[in-house]
Amino acid sequence: MHEMSVAVAMVEQVTEAPAGDGHAKVSAVVLRLGELAGVVADSLRFCFSLACAGTVLEGAELLIDHVPGRARCAPCGAEWATGMPPQLCCPQCEGGRAELLAGREMQIVALRHGEDGPGPDPAGPVPVHAKES
Amino acid sequence: MCRVVDLQQAVLVKNDERAGTLRAELAARGTTVINLLSSPGSGKTELLEAELALAASRGVPVAALTADLATEHDAERLARAGVPVKQVLTDGLCHLEADMVRAQLEGWLPDGTRLLFVENVGNLVCPASYDLGESLRVVLASVTEGEDKPLKYPTAFGLAQLVVVTKDDIAEAAGFDEEAFRANVRQVNPGVEVVLTSARRGTGLGLVLDRALAVAAGEQAHRPVMARTGEDAGTDTGTGTGTGTEAGSGTESAHGHTHLHTRVHAHPHTQAAGVPARSQS
Repeated sequence: MHEMSVAVAMVEQVTEAPAGDGHAKVSAVVLRLGELAGVVADSLRFCFSLACAGTVLEGAELLIDHVPGRARCAPCGAEWATGMPPQLCCPQCEGGRAELLAGREMQIVALRHGEDGPGPDPAGPVPVHAKES
Repeated sequence: MCRVVDLQQAVLVKNDERAGTLRAELAARGTTVINLLSSPGSGKTELLEAELALAASRGVPVAALTADLATEHDAERLARAGVPVKQVLTDGLCHLEADMVRAQLEGWLPDGTRLLFVENVGNLVCPASYDLGESLRVVLASVTEGEDKPLKYPTAFGLAQLVVVTKDDIAEAAGFDEEAFRANVRQVNPGVEVVLTSARRGTGLGLVLDRALAVAAGEQAHRPVMARTGEDAGTDTGTGTGTGTEAGSGTESAHGHTHLHTRVHAHPHTQAAGVPARSQS
């Protein structure tokens, strides 16, 4: 599974983010994750908690904003939810010249720096919450 | 009171940038990379050995990297073709990344290499997400794997620029339904070419080499729907000849991620405002 590589990349990017200044404690990371990104959210959450250990992200929450796949057929104008497995052939004209409007996102969109919030409990488990439905 | 920082960073942007740089550097040396993906046991090595031998017999300078978690068996097999071959051992990692390929090439890739084949780790999940600087991505499936393989592994097949069916000599015994397979490929990747091969019988041999040489000569590789995303959608720039994305690499892979921006603008939020950009899905 490459979720660990993805989690490590996320931690690197957050610690290097200019606005994060590399030192401020991060309490949450918001990830926009497309339906077609090829990443398993549960697996990523598990790997993320491990990758955060010993960094400014230790104990940070991973909030996943799921993005459904959507495609549009330029020639006929049809727009549809791709589903999974995705339907990338136009369901209206059966053409193969569609474009993907959304669904492959794997993007960090926000960080929360919890200045006054509770820090990670050194004795407790890493809080990783499943917020999305 | 807490501080929320909005940023827009594609998680794999570093790999994508490294891949773009590698593609440009290799292009400057006259080398085109072909990335081969499939499940374990689908026949990548056998087909590649035949294609390498064919290239050698035609005087086309080719080389190959082959990746596995362990053993040098594949490199030993490929080396029989008489071309430069190097084994990459990933020590357990399930996929190759662009900087791993770069590290292998330093001091090894012979000058004048026209085509560099990279046989990825046998895996249809993870390698699909990593651009290796290739200009042609080939995804293989053997006739024994079932017609629904493209639907089960939509990212791999959805980003393929050439789909190769292997072991066609046993298609009948395996009950392979070619039409169903083609329909499933079409669902996730309309317009991609599907070719049938049998390395054992020699049928379809040379197709991969021909397609690779065509791309190396500047022909536009297939641009999958799944790769037509964001602002570069529909621009038909083609693999390796694109205008680049906002991630800034000089060239662009056809499988490009949604790169978007790396601009960062911090602004304070109150605790009550919480974390933005949450959707109820």
